[in-house]
Amino acid sequence: MSADLSLQAEPRSLPSAPPRRRRLDRKYVPLLVTVTLFCAMAALGSVMYTGFFSAQVFLNLLIDNAFLCIVAVGMTFVIVSGGIDLSVGSVVALTTMVSAALVQQQHWSPGVVIPLVLCMGAAFGAVMGLLIERFRLQPFLVTLAGMFLARGLCYLISIDSISISNPFYSAVSQLRFPVWADASLSVGAVIALAMVAIGTWAAHYTQFGRTVYAIGGNEQSAVLMGLPVRSTLVGVYAFSGFCSALGGVVFTFYMLSGYGLHAVGMELDAIAAVVIGGTLLSGGVGYVFGSLFGVLMLGIIQTLIMFDGTLSSWWTRIAIGALLLVFCLLQRAFERKRT
Amino acid sequence: MKLLQHRLFWPVVTLVLLLAVNAAVNSSFLRLAVRDGHLYGSLVDILKGAAPLGLVALGMTLVIATRGIDISVGAVVAIAGGVAAWMIGGSLVIHDGVSTYVSRFPMPLAIVCALAVAALCGAWNGALVAWVGMQPIIATLVLMVAGRGIAQLITNGQIITVYYAPFFFVGNGYWAGLPFPFLLAAAVFLVMAWLVRRTALGLFIEAVGINPAAAHLAGLPARRITFWAYVFCGLCAGIAGLVVSSTVKSADGNNAGLLMELDAILAVTLGGTSLTGGRFSLAGSAIGALIIQTLTYLIYSFGVPPEVNLVVKAAVVFAVMLLQSPEFRRTLAQLARRPLPAQEATR
Repeated sequence: MSADLSLQAEPRSLPSAPPRRRRLDRKYVPLLVTVTLFCAMAALGSVMYTGFFSAQVFLNLLIDNAFLCIVAVGMTFVIVSGGIDLSVGSVVALTTMVSAALVQQQHWSPGVVIPLVLCMGAAFGAVMGLLIERFRLQPFLVTLAGMFLARGLCYLISIDSISISNPFYSAVSQLRFPVWADASLSVGAVIALAMVAIGTWAAHYTQFGRTVYAIGGNEQSAVLMGLPVRSTLVGVYAFSGFCSALGGVVFTFYMLSGYGLHAVGMELDAIAAVVIGGTLLSGGVGYVFGSLFGVLMLGIIQTLIMFDGTLSSWWTRIAIGALLLVFCLLQRAFERKRT
Repeated sequence: MKLLQHRLFWPVVTLVLLLAVNAAVNSSFLRLAVRDGHLYGSLVDILKGAAPLGLVALGMTLVIATRGIDISVGAVVAIAGGVAAWMIGGSLVIHDGVSTYVSRFPMPLAIVCALAVAALCGAWNGALVAWVGMQPIIATLVLMVAGRGIAQLITNGQIITVYYAPFFFVGNGYWAGLPFPFLLAAAVFLVMAWLVRRTALGLFIEAVGINPAAAHLAGLPARRITFWAYVFCGLCAGIAGLVVSSTVKSADGNNAGLLMELDAILAVTLGGTSLTGGRFSLAGSAIGALIIQTLTYLIYSFGVPPEVNLVVKAAVVFAVMLLQSPEFRRTLAQLARRPLPAQEATR
């Protein structure tokens, strides 16, 4: 992506050895800024609005954005590898639609449907990854076509919303795990936290994760190092597709319906969350843990605007846009120092 | 053989094929009639319907030629439509028994303001890309996300209905027997074609797209050219916004121009302009917009829901991308020489 569309396509000058330590510290700057800003906003909300400072309000951030968090984990890998995935929102919608159609209309067991849709998401991502890797196509375009395709397939199943009354789905959507006194987490939020943990582990302690970082840093070098670049690239998009499908399953629990208009624009929210979480869009630098905070940040903006009551909902989008701008500018300053 | 080599050959063939299929499905498709001094018929409808997309695609062509991309055009369409609809508004006033429509501000002022706001949006994108040096997709993503919010802010989260009749001419009027939106798009196309082919501007833009650093070293104001390409793209989206809001006689901050950025990029790609910048074709983009509109028309005439259009568009994007990829062509050439197992071919 970055290599094709940006003006900064030239390879970065190789750093010399001595100032390595200092640069390593600087890598954490965007992440630190995000965490600090999140704490500041949480403090601001707690001071300004009564009832804001409660465990449940903060856990709700996670419950209401669990699907976004799961999608953002997959997106982090894609962006770290230097690509982009615009199809995630549509794959979420397609997953809700297929689940609803199979469970509600065909009366399949959820135990069959859920693994099936997860495989479908992973396969969808893998095919896109294969096209990108094998034919050197631009990730932006391939995933754009994937986005059209997945949304269109939703409408082929049904134009209208299909609501789910399956007892398993209703039971799961009601299930809460107590965390602290009265505060509790939903199943989706627990899955989201698990995915963040798995993502962090995969990014830092597996060959797959390290290869993703190497590709994002410089694909040519990664090839010359003998790393399995091609299979890893396919794997990255397959993982993102899997995450989108899992996000879709969680979204189905959350909404208890399947609809082609679910999760419209979620790809933008996911990209915004990943960028706010300190992942460089040029690839090679980023943290799954940061994306969690990026998601929480989007959530807290929404919560603050909701608590305020006088601001309309569209201020959320403007605030997210402004935040995205600030972080992109921060990244530019950061990149300039690095080169 | 020379005809086959022409860059517009395949887009034109696609368009003609689509028109032929349309004519085969619907016998009255090619019929043109003159009623009330206007041309009527399916072909005229297509020209009229393709105008907003064509306008956006023309602006997008220049941006893509400079190796950029602008994914905020859909939001700019909504903003411009919102500004125009809010400033014109209009209400029915009965004065001395004669009912007249009154606008909030004079219509020319409203149109100028809407276009100025759209150009400002483009300038914002251009400044971020050219001077701050952000990646185009991210710089315009900011406005894409925030722009919908701004559009809703202008329309106050509601669908503003316009009651001022003279404004409807922009989207629904006819002039010299042809729909006004089409004439508007054609005028923009002609001005642009003259600017980029009869002055050195086109060459400069291609130079920037092929290698920004080399263009800068050659003494071209590369950053300024990039900046103005985005301003122009914003302006085009603004004109499209006026047409869209005038056609539907209202402005919807949430849904106006939704997914239009993607359609515009598709139109530009279909027209043979490569997303990697450099050589571009304005006529190609115009044909691309017509192809998309004809395709939409065809799907409507089959009686399937218009949403299914997305699947067809996806197939078209995949096909065009693969045909443009040298690796894919090489694979095909190899297949032609020595047949491989069938599964390789289907990939």
